[in-house]
Amino acid sequence: MDIISGVLAGQTRALAKAITVVENDRPGKKELLRAVFPQTGKAFLIGITGPPGAGKSTLTDKLISRLRRQGKTVGVIAVDPSSPFSGGAILGDRIRMQQHALDDGVFIRSMASRSHLGGLAKTTVDVIHLLDAAGKDVIIIETVGVGQDEVDIVKIAHTTVVVMVPGLGDAVQIAKAGVMEIADVFAVNKADRDGAGKLVNELRAMLEMSEAAWQPEIYQTVAKNDTGIDELLAGIYKHWDYVRQAGIDQQKFRSNVERELITYLTDGIVSLAAAHPGYGRLLDELAAKRVTPLEGAEKLFQELGLNCNWEKREE
Amino acid sequence: MAKRIKVLIAKPGLDGHDRGARVVARALRDAGMEVIYTGIRQTPEQIVATAIQEDVDAVGLSCLSGAHNNLFPKVVQLLREQGADDILVFGGGIIPDADIPGLKQAGIRAIFRPGTPTEETIRFINENVSE
Amino acid sequence: MSCKEHQEQFQQRQQQWQELVTKACARFPERRETFTTTSGLEFKRLFTPADVENIDYVEDVGFPGLYPFTRGVQPTMYRARFWTMRQYAGFGTAEETNKRYKYLLENGQTGLSVAFDLPTQIGYDSDHALADGEVGKVGVAIDTLADMETLFDGIALDQVSTSMTINAPAAILLAMYVAVAENQGVAPEKLRGTIQNDVLKEYFARGTYIFPPAPSMKIITDIFAYCKDNLPSWNTISISGYHIREAGSSAVQEVAFTLADGLAYVDAAVKSGLDVDVFAKRLSFFFNVHNNFLEEVAKFRAARRLWARLMKERFGAQKPASMMLRFHTQTAGCSLTAQQPDNNVIRVTIQALAAVLGGTQSLHTNSRDEALCLPTEDSVRIALRTQQIIAHESGVADSVDPLAGSYLVESLTNQIEEQALAYIRKIDDLGGVVKAIEAGYIQQEIGDSAYAYQKAVETGEAVIVGVNKFTIEEAPPENLLMIKPEVEVRQREKLARVKAGRDQQAVQESLSRLRQVAEDGSNLMPAILAAVKTYASLGEICDVLRQVFGEYREQ
Repeated sequence: MDIISGVLAGQTRALAKAITVVENDRPGKKELLRAVFPQTGKAFLIGITGPPGAGKSTLTDKLISRLRRQGKTVGVIAVDPSSPFSGGAILGDRIRMQQHALDDGVFIRSMASRSHLGGLAKTTVDVIHLLDAAGKDVIIIETVGVGQDEVDIVKIAHTTVVVMVPGLGDAVQIAKAGVMEIADVFAVNKADRDGAGKLVNELRAMLEMSEAAWQPEIYQTVAKNDTGIDELLAGIYKHWDYVRQAGIDQQKFRSNVERELITYLTDGIVSLAAAHPGYGRLLDELAAKRVTPLEGAEKLFQELGLNCNWEKREE
Repeated sequence: MAKRIKVLIAKPGLDGHDRGARVVARALRDAGMEVIYTGIRQTPEQIVATAIQEDVDAVGLSCLSGAHNNLFPKVVQLLREQGADDILVFGGGIIPDADIPGLKQAGIRAIFRPGTPTEETIRFINENVSE
Repeated sequence: MSCKEHQEQFQQRQQQWQELVTKACARFPERRETFTTTSGLEFKRLFTPADVENIDYVEDVGFPGLYPFTRGVQPTMYRARFWTMRQYAGFGTAEETNKRYKYLLENGQTGLSVAFDLPTQIGYDSDHALADGEVGKVGVAIDTLADMETLFDGIALDQVSTSMTINAPAAILLAMYVAVAENQGVAPEKLRGTIQNDVLKEYFARGTYIFPPAPSMKIITDIFAYCKDNLPSWNTISISGYHIREAGSSAVQEVAFTLADGLAYVDAAVKSGLDVDVFAKRLSFFFNVHNNFLEEVAKFRAARRLWARLMKERFGAQKPASMMLRFHTQTAGCSLTAQQPDNNVIRVTIQALAAVLGGTQSLHTNSRDEALCLPTEDSVRIALRTQQIIAHESGVADSVDPLAGSYLVESLTNQIEEQALAYIRKIDDLGGVVKAIEAGYIQQEIGDSAYAYQKAVETGEAVIVGVNKFTIEEAPPENLLMIKPEVEVRQREKLARVKAGRDQQAVQESLSRLRQVAEDGSNLMPAILAAVKTYASLGEICDVLRQVFGEYREQ
């Protein structure tokens, strides 16, 4: 199949087509992933997340320029939310990266979150595999840091940059949103605005309480003026060195493929169950409170010939 | 997962009037499509590179400055050169009747002018995107 | 009758009327549950004195020529002189546009208005790769002073006022205009006219920006300072709501975002050390006028009053001229339909009438064929005649602000002012217009309005005659004005000739001098003027500035 050799040779059109196959569960997906899988695990995965309006895309754009100057090839996955009403989406992150449109060393792909049950994380890891196998040295995954799905994606990355800006809520709120745990590097963007110093201090105070082995550093940037980007990139690479020395990249790969396995398992079992002839009747019984959801699940598993018991045996 | 139609809405040339492009982008989203918007001042080369990377089903070009005869056919031609002529190309803007046959001949499959209901554009895409 | 008795009688009558309404509605239900303007303001069934109770005539309405200028900026308005009839024109080469100007002047037009093509507006020469297909299309192509000399050939610049729709490279086109005048022997202080020079709205509504906001604001204040000393009768900026409305905003948003831009310019000028009472009188505005007649009239009155109050309260302006909102109006391009184009003549008439009743200082009426192409001479003449008929035959120009005192108009005027002020405060909270643009706030607000309007049209809730109602089968229109591709070729040849024939060393020296000035931060205008006189091209000058200032990219 020439799409596979295309991907492995790093051809843009083949790679783009392959992503579509993976994203839409089209025929050939298995064969494709089989072929590329041995070639994965080489790229450096950078996650970039933060609230809407933080300037993530502009920051990504500037990082791409730096990486290209260093001779590295770059893949970008820019995730935007799907409309909960129509299922459609407007994917606008690319606007700020169009200066790289004609650069063969940069491949940018916009993805809609199509939010539902791990679907996003599943395809994103597959898309990463493809970009990785196509020889991209660095893969940037950019996503809005709201909602579990998005946070999940970012966990895939070796190094996660959390982008914040003064004026969009203080550090305490950010901590509550669960962003602190996933940050390896902080970028306080739009640092020319009032309140930047205050935000940095708040972050610092919060980080001091952490006892984690890696202490995230805070970088101030003004992405639109190209200010502070070199320092930020150096900070990202500092974390990457740490990741490799500590062997975290190996662990990540293992946990990423496990995550993928789990999402496929979940996805598979749910579709199996939903296709079972007794599924509709079971729902009726649940609604009528004759059966609990737990019992319902057990029953379905039994009917599918599987044995699953959620009650732990006494030791 | 169900196949979603993916459309690139692009503004070639120097024209900055993006009201129509943005309204169409929103309407397509509300019709369940995934829409990539490039922003203004794109060269045909940038548009084609984007269409290919994003592997879109269709490209919608918007131009109100009168440069459509230069820019629209160029996009189709470049797509062809890259072997991507399966991508459906349509256009919109202030485009005189006299120019339409030429544009169609060049491979622009439909032209939507001011006053076209977005429904019509949606229908056109749904009917013409090949699976 | 005592006041109390009067009030009782009012209520009694109102009650009676309500009963009639109930009966009438039972037999003939109203066409809609609620009637609203484009901004969502309610058209009540009936406006009465109760709707204007809180208006203080002296404070809020007052007299024409006096603060807060609700009724107009001049004491007698059109009784002395009609508004300036100024048709925006420009296409193809400077030769063709020069001919069109002479035609318009011969037909009684009283001011010129220059439309430039997109490469000129974005600072590229006609031979630039990005100019492909754009040369001479939406306006005239100007590469060097030679084109500007041709454009105004045979037109005495001390006799006309000229408006130039030019923003990012405004300083360069103004310098060329000054240089042409000098060649004609006309001193700069005699020049009258306007440059649009309103870059802020380009970032969120029109798209012909070049540089980032900070250097753009610097260029603008340089122009203010230069004109104060050298072109005292020149309007240094035309703060434009026109394109904001074309981008899809409501009337309230048009007022709000335009005045918010205005506040940013005044703020920048004051911070650069200029005295508000020296430069503010040279600020002018440019509005759209759309179909919703009464809302539009109220919009102009509200804008005038709000600007006067803002200038007084925020900047401590003392002189009346610093608080006066003087404006040009253009009928709404986005309201023109490609279907049954002759209907556009009627739309334009209604819109023009609203602009006049709103107290405009100058007016452009669109031509019926502009949804199809550039206007032909015949269409332009009808558009101009529309203004002349309103001026000379309708009688609306014979008394000042004739709709004042209408319960509805005064009430809408109040509401528009209030809601626009609420937007301005929101923008203040976001840190000003530049921050609001960077946050995408203004774009989002306009986008929402545009989309809501499109939906209203598609559901038939908003009727557009000839488009979604009263449609007919039409033959394709004939006699359209087309710009031939040869224009681009000819313009490039001319540029090559000019470049070959000029003193190259003088060009290079003037450009390096310009770079030096741009880097050290002193006023750019003298260096730009020196450069255009050497026939350095617009593109060459902008390239120098791009290298120093950087380029803005869409957010």
